[in-house]
Amino acid sequence: MESKQKTTGYYVSKVLTYVFLIILAFIMLIPFAWMISSSLKLEKDVFAFPIQWIPTDPQWSNYSEIWKKVPLVTGFLNSTKLTIIVTILQILTSSFAAYAFAKLEFKGRNLVFMLYVMTISIPWQVYMVPQYIMMTRFHLTDSHIGLILMHTFTATGVFLMRQFYMGIPTDLLEAARIDGLSEYGIYARIMLPLSKAAIATLCITSFTFEWNDFMGPLIYLSSANKKTLQIMLRMFNTQYSSNYALIMAAATVALIPVLVLFAFLQQYFVEGVATSGIKG
Amino acid sequence: MADLNKSDAAKKRGAMKRKKTLVAWSFILPNLIGFFVFTFVPIVFSLFLSLCEWSAGNQGVKFVGFENFRYMFAQDRSFRIALKNTLYYTVVTVPLTLFIALGLAMLMNKPLKGKTFFRSVLFFPYVASLVAVAVVWMALFNPERGPINGLLMSLGVQNPPRWAASQVWAMPTIIGLTIWKGMGYYMVVYLAGLQGVPSELYEAAEIDGANNWEKFLNVTWPCITPTTFFVLMMLVVATFKSYDIMYITTQGGPGEATKVLAYHIFNSAFVSMKFGYASAVAMVLFVIIIALTIFQFKMEKRFTNY
Repeated sequence: MESKQKTTGYYVSKVLTYVFLIILAFIMLIPFAWMISSSLKLEKDVFAFPIQWIPTDPQWSNYSEIWKKVPLVTGFLNSTKLTIIVTILQILTSSFAAYAFAKLEFKGRNLVFMLYVMTISIPWQVYMVPQYIMMTRFHLTDSHIGLILMHTFTATGVFLMRQFYMGIPTDLLEAARIDGLSEYGIYARIMLPLSKAAIATLCITSFTFEWNDFMGPLIYLSSANKKTLQIMLRMFNTQYSSNYALIMAAATVALIPVLVLFAFLQQYFVEGVATSGIKG
Repeated sequence: MADLNKSDAAKKRGAMKRKKTLVAWSFILPNLIGFFVFTFVPIVFSLFLSLCEWSAGNQGVKFVGFENFRYMFAQDRSFRIALKNTLYYTVVTVPLTLFIALGLAMLMNKPLKGKTFFRSVLFFPYVASLVAVAVVWMALFNPERGPINGLLMSLGVQNPPRWAASQVWAMPTIIGLTIWKGMGYYMVVYLAGLQGVPSELYEAAEIDGANNWEKFLNVTWPCITPTTFFVLMMLVVATFKSYDIMYITTQGGPGEATKVLAYHIFNSAFVSMKFGYASAVAMVLFVIIIALTIFQFKMEKRFTNY
């Protein structure tokens, strides 16, 4: 009798959980669904209520229209360029430095590492003003190089890679050293191949940060031909504020690259958060 | 002869050591130089700048001591409003996000079909572009034509809130967007924490006849204290520093209803061009964040009981 009660209770709670999760998934997805649906409508139908989720006459032309209104292609290319360069440079220099911090003994190591750790919880907002003054002096405002230099060398990147490298057994490296491999050889042939998970995590963080970054390009880039996609999207929103169908089409385009990356690497996204979360 | 050999060996050892050090530095320098110049120096520079008067127009830098801070606390009304708004934003966003994230994580910690799907759906807004999702939210919450108010009106609400256009509702609208965007991330952090809770403890609690709530209170909650502190710290720093979301949605308005501390820094520096004063406000932000971090570390030591 008792066990039967338990099973019905179990099933009820199971069903309730699923119902709740499905409703929740809907709530999470509604903004995206509305965005895509509106992007295929005529302007006059965007705010029609009740909402028509699947447009009867999809306006695919909205998607060709947006490229003509604002130089979105330029924005797309600029964002792609910045994102790829920052991601690659960050992975290379961070993993390089992290190897020395994790596995090499030398004078001043802990002191230099402390420098990184100390700054980890200082948000950019605290030093963005002096940084801007410096960049002006270096003549690096309104340039992609300036943004790349500011975003590549992060304490979090070095910290993440170091934490991962600490877990790789030193015996492995000693064996390689006896076999005559140089430190650079060990880094390239042992450390890098073993740290795919950490690299994937850093790659994702770096990619999403740079692709989505808004305030950096807003403050630093003034020439139209250097602006990024997020800035263009914002411009679009202010210039064509009455044309929601086109705005939604542009927003959809801006979301696609991250969505694609996320679809392929979502496991790494989640695992990356989980591991960096535990280790803090 | 033997002596010579010895010093030779010592020399050789010295040379080896020097080479080792050189190799190590060659690994570090590419990152360190960039980090030092573009992050560390600006941080140190900001300490000095906060004690100066430095406007973009006149090139001169004038050391003014604590004048910026005096003006900030005694005369700058905007600063007080920004500080108040930041506290409002943080105090509401942080606990709500934390509890929703924990609740979701506990739900997702059970064996479920389609777990990956639900987790992805909840997590995706976190990586989605803020500009894009903010644009969508503002359209959904459009006071005149938006579907949210359309729904409210069809449900019989006579005067639905004017959301981002209203002094009262602008902040809650932004808080809603913040929670929606961020909760999936913290849920994943909590999921990792929950997986570390030993299942024997639950079994023991069951033998003692504990119900679900008691199990949560006596097993889950104490075991995930470190995760909670971590989430708390991340959330507090994230809310204290954010201003991009206000810039994109309301430009700090209507009036100064959503103007926060970091927005005040941005405005003082890049709109009013008062770099010294902006840095002084940044120092206040810095001190608050450092103080909270230290406080949380202290509390964590006290409340983590294993």
